[in-house]
This record gives sequence, structure tokens and C-alpha cells, in this order.
Amino acid sequence: MADTPFIARGFHSRRAPATPGRLPPGQYETRDFPVLSAGPTPRTPLAKWDFTIKGVDDRSVRWSWDELRAFPHETPNVDIHCVTKWSKFDTSWEGISVDTLLNAALAAGVQDAPYVMAFSDGGYTTNLPLADVTGGKAWIAFGYDSAPLPPEHGGPARLLVPHLYFWKSAKWVRGLQLLREDRPGFWEQLGYHDRGDPWREQRYQGDP
Amino acid sequence: MTDLRAVGAPPRLEWLVSTVAKVHNETRRARTLVLDVPLWPGHRAGQHVDVRLVAEDGYQAQRSYSIASPPESPSLELTVERLDDGEVSPYLCDVLRVGDGLEIRGPIGGYFVWDVAQGGPLFLVAGGSGIVPLMAMMRHYAAAPNELRADVPVRLLYSARTLDDVIYRDELEMGSRVDARVSLALTRDAPAGWGGYRRRIDRAMLEEVGWPPNESPRVFVCGPTPLVESVANLLVEIGHVPSRIRTERFGPTG
Repeated sequence: MADTPFIARGFHSRRAPATPGRLPPGQYETRDFPVLSAGPTPRTPLAKWDFTIKGVDDRSVRWSWDELRAFPHETPNVDIHCVTKWSKFDTSWEGISVDTLLNAALAAGVQDAPYVMAFSDGGYTTNLPLADVTGGKAWIAFGYDSAPLPPEHGGPARLLVPHLYFWKSAKWVRGLQLLREDRPGFWEQLGYHDRGDPWREQRYQGDP
Repeated sequence: MTDLRAVGAPPRLEWLVSTVAKVHNETRRARTLVLDVPLWPGHRAGQHVDVRLVAEDGYQAQRSYSIASPPESPSLELTVERLDDGEVSPYLCDVLRVGDGLEIRGPIGGYFVWDVAQGGPLFLVAGGSGIVPLMAMMRHYAAAPNELRADVPVRLLYSARTLDDVIYRDELEMGSRVDARVSLALTRDAPAGWGGYRRRIDRAMLEEVGWPPNESPRVFVCGPTPLVESVANLLVEIGHVPSRIRTERFGPTG
């Protein structure tokens, strides 16, 4: 970072260093899986659950839980990084690549656009460039550690975008809205960065 | 959802070097740091700051800490719980002393916030050091003019392991004199003759000390994840509207 750091008198590292190149700046490794969310955990019965991809012209596709689960599954093993400073290595997930779903949506006539807004039960939203959820970089995850994703971690399904800070990996996700222009989601309106790359420490609005 | 953000490039949140003006122990494990911060832009009750520690060899560690002082306070207060296997909290609790500099940036967070003009009734539920941002709300409430306070009744339910683990104990006992009803639940040991609760927060307790759903209270819950998850779920079961319940979960922050 550009600013000259202030040296804290008498401060020394107390932790064994993580594998070089694996921990983004300002982060520390945890073995727990902390839970962070802004309100109570929403619960939608799977019979009423669906997943929607909305195009810019209001044309959309919608899949029920069973229809969504019929798409080919992937099992990403990834490191995740929370803006509250913890990182967790080698988390294992089961889900469907966003590429798979977007391709199906485009084939069904949904109109493409350069940005997406993920939206969730409970009213949560988060914005991302389309390029950050395509090219094998993002999933709709419904399994964690060989079990169904627990509700407090976003089950039945959450967005998983491990190369960005974890608030972008919207819990309880119910769909993606394609957008011509970027516009801030829930935390982004409240001061968090529009992109959130942990390697560039894009934590808050105005960060590089 | 409307865009709350002003047009144009937002200013960067800068790192500021504050000076430790005072420290005092709240409990065996929690210490309050009173900081003088030049150019502090002000904050709202419930917000937090990031603290950055940089060692001489360039190693750095960052953590987030809730602000304990109300917006009305001239200095910024953080209350830090010491985690023995942590690396930032032991430094802040054991090494940092009056006169030292401490790098912070903030304020951060615009959701888990309350000000008296938003009204109430207000129901605050805390577990352990989750009391810190709620105390900023209580202090802000206590600093408000009487006529504003009269319309905003406040109730606080605070769960701690033992009476000695109750952060801000003296002040909370006084707090009950400014119309805020404070209820304590001790989960491990209680002194002889203890008149408060002696169990974990459960549904019956929330119904006894909280506002009923038809009063449409604003509810803020802060503490360790299992407590927040349980309390928020119970409140929804009781009939509170999820959108009136705001939560902040304290993960491990060493």
C-alpha cells in the first residue's frame, strides 16, 4: 500500500507464517468457519425454493431445486477470504458452475450484460462484474465438506466466488440479475468496495 | 433498494495514528483503550474500526473492533477481549500503554447502527464482548435529551459466564436508572443470592424481558455465533419481523 505504515512498539508476529503467497495482505488463517450475516438466518422450504437468472430485458429463466440440482456438479477446493480478516484454506464445496447456468440461460434467450447483481432471501444483494463469475471462477454451492450446506453458512445454496472477499459469495442466493451498468449491492452501499479483490485489499469504497 | 451513496468517487478511509490516552481493565479479560484520534470524522453507535499493527520486520496484522464510545464522546473508546492464542488482542491488552500510537481506520459499518432519532422501542441482546457496540447505543441513548428518551424505551439482555465477566457492570447498573431495563443472565457461576437469570438465553427469557412483537421493537443482537444464531431464530419464532432484527456475530478475532 502507498501509505507508510506506523510501526507498533513491541509488536511481533506470534503465528507461524502461512504458506508464502497464500495469505492476502492483512489476513490471518483460521481453522474455524466463522459466520457473519446482517440478520436472522432465512429459511425457505426447498419445495418453494427456485433460482432465477434475469436478463436486462426482463426475460428470465427459473429452475426449481430439483431442476437446478440436475445440472452437472463440480467440487471446488478453494481458499476463502473474509473482509473481517480471516482466511480459510482448502475449503471443499459441491455446486454448479455459474458458467453452466449462464450458458443455459443465454441459450434460453436471456440477454447478456457485463454486470450481475446476486440477490438472496432476506433482501441481501451484492454486485459483481460478469467476468468475476464466469470462466470457472464461481459456483452456486449447495454442499460443504461432503454434507448439505448448513443454513447459517447460506444453505440451501449460496454463491461461491472465492477469489473475491467473501461478502460477494451471497448466502441464501436465489438468483442473478444481469445489468448493463454496475450498481452497488447491500454492503457496497454501506461503504464496502464494489469489487473486493483480497490481493489488492479492496475492502472499502475508495480503496485502490 | 435505493442507492444511498453520493455520486462521485468516494473518499478513501485513511489509516490514522491515534494516541492511547488512557487504558482501564473492565474485567479479567477485557480492557478499554481510550484513544485520541486527530481528524476523527465521527461515528454512529454500533460501528467499528479496523486496527492495524505493523512489526519492525514489516509483518502486519489487522482486526476489527467495535467502538464502545457514543458519538457524543470526544475520544474514541475500544473495548478489547483478550484471547490467549490471539496475536492482536494480547498486544492491545498487555503491551500497549498510555502514550503509544495505534493505527486505526474507520468508522466502518452502516447497518448495525442505531441513533435515538430512529426511535424504538429498542431491544438489545448481547453475549460476552458482544456488549461493546450495544453499549455505544446505550451511552448514546443516555446522552440524548429527556424528551427524546421518553419515547424510546430500551431493554437490554446480556449473557455472560459469571458476574466478574460482565463488561461495564457498574455503568449498566446505573443504566437501569435512565429508563433502560437491564437484565443479566449468568451461564456458569452466580454469586449467592443472585436475583438475575442463571441459564443461557432461551425463548421464555426473550419473551419475559423483550418487547412483544406487536410493539415492533428494533432488535440488535451481538455476540458469539451460536448465541446470535439461537437468539435471532427464537425472535423470529416468537413473531418478530426478520427485517427488524439486526445481527452482528463475533467470530474468533485473535
